Amino acid sequence: MNHDIIDVKNLTKKFGDFTAVNEISFSVGSGERFAFLGPNGAGKSTTIKMLTTLLAPTSGTILIAGYDPKSRASGVRQSIGIVFQDPSLDEDLTAWENMEIHGVFYGMPRALRRERIHELLDFVDLHNRKDSRVKEFSGGMKRRLEIARGLLHHPRVMFLDEPTLGLDPQTRKRMWQYLQDLNDRESVTVFFTTHYMEEAERVAQRIAIIDHGKIVAIGSVAELKAQTNADSLESAFLALTGSTIREEETSAAARFRTMARAQRRR
Amino acid sequence: MKIVYAMWLRELKKYARNRGRVIGALGQPLLFLLGFGYGFGAVFRAAGKGDYIQFLAPGIIGISIISGSTFNGISLIWDRQFGFLKETLVAPVPRLATMLGRTLGGATTSALQGSIVFAVTFAVGFHPATWAYVPAAMLVMVLIGVVFASMGLMVGSLLADGQGFQQIMNFVLMPVFFLSGALFPLQTMPTVMHWVARINPITYGVDALRVLLIDGGDFSLSLDLSALAIFAALFLALGSRFFERMQI
Repeated sequence: MNHDIIDVKNLTKKFGDFTAVNEISFSVGSGERFAFLGPNGAGKSTTIKMLTTLLAPTSGTILIAGYDPKSRASGVRQSIGIVFQDPSLDEDLTAWENMEIHGVFYGMPRALRRERIHELLDFVDLHNRKDSRVKEFSGGMKRRLEIARGLLHHPRVMFLDEPTLGLDPQTRKRMWQYLQDLNDRESVTVFFTTHYMEEAERVAQRIAIIDHGKIVAIGSVAELKAQTNADSLESAFLALTGSTIREEETSAAARFRTMARAQRRR
Repeated sequence: MKIVYAMWLRELKKYARNRGRVIGALGQPLLFLLGFGYGFGAVFRAAGKGDYIQFLAPGIIGISIISGSTFNGISLIWDRQFGFLKETLVAPVPRLATMLGRTLGGATTSALQGSIVFAVTFAVGFHPATWAYVPAAMLVMVLIGVVFASMGLMVGSLLADGQGFQQIMNFVLMPVFFLSGALFPLQTMPTVMHWVARINPITYGVDALRVLLIDGGDFSLSLDLSALAIFAALFLALGSRFFERMQI
């Protein structure tokens, strides 16, 4: 691990009297695969939004690849890629056009852009639907397209906010494989959130666990297990965050998640 | 530049793919054209002002461009709700560029909309005084589009949901339509209304169309164009500030 590519100090975000993120500090090394775990409403997405220049922090400092999102937002934006938790496609455009406009936004030369769009659409099994409008796609297809688009340009830091939510196991596996390759070959830093503990355990070199806006633990899987005397990451996670179900976020995705979880419990 | 083009092209594609919007946006101007045209035509003539349709048609074309281009603001709000806005906000491109692309796209589609209405006005008896000026009139339509598309974006960038936008736009647009020179002659307006119309951008847009299409108008073409340019610059400047500050 060389120098830190993400450096966060005393980061806080308040919405009115509600403190979503409370004085968190952490850093991620260049080329590291880092997981950010926490129950619903713990502050994961809010943190990602602040790291990716979409939301201004209430206080604290952030440096991404040496740039401060507050004063050098464009430097940050040039260094990152992001797969959002919520949909962010243009449904009136076709799959190809969504990819194309992304490539243009990220200044990719035409030849490379074309080549990689073909490759990635193939990769997520959407190549034969490349000229269909996204509004005709099923939820799973849209999700796959989001992933493909997120992987189109190869940034220095890749943020993925619950990328595998609603993804079939095949695509999930391929996506991690692709990211792993990217991480190996181009040492792209991978920063992701997930609710699947086995995913975090398999992929991440280091994990931060956030709860009620505070980081409650940070370290490798082995360290987290040792710290809590747990035999799996899941038990370590539950030991650190308790087992009560959290206040709901209002988004449909969040509701869906709780429903899915409740059914799994039954 | 590429970004501006990409966003412009996107607006055009969205417009072409949404036939409901193309047809729906014709409804209001046509209603105005027929309602006012036939309703007030006789009164207008009796007052010694000549053929009301000749006077009204440029006004209706102007109004159709406004309804078309404020749609830009709605499209921005949809982008926020469907999430595509995030994709554009996090991209390493100047927000001014995406805003310009949206503005020009909105201006182009609404000028197209205006041209359709222009063609329809022939059916009710409108005829331009000098055909040679029609291309220039088209350019004025684009300029009107730029003014109102940037206004729509400016308002849209401040709002989180579409319902608020509809209310505000209805609240703003109706006065913009009625307190302007679009439907009634400026000279015969009561003083207060006259002065409100003088600070209303559509007054100048419609006036420029009248200069070019019916050899009429109250102001000189250069005054009209300068006024439109000033409004466009103002809305673009404010809008790009709001875009710069936009958060999710």
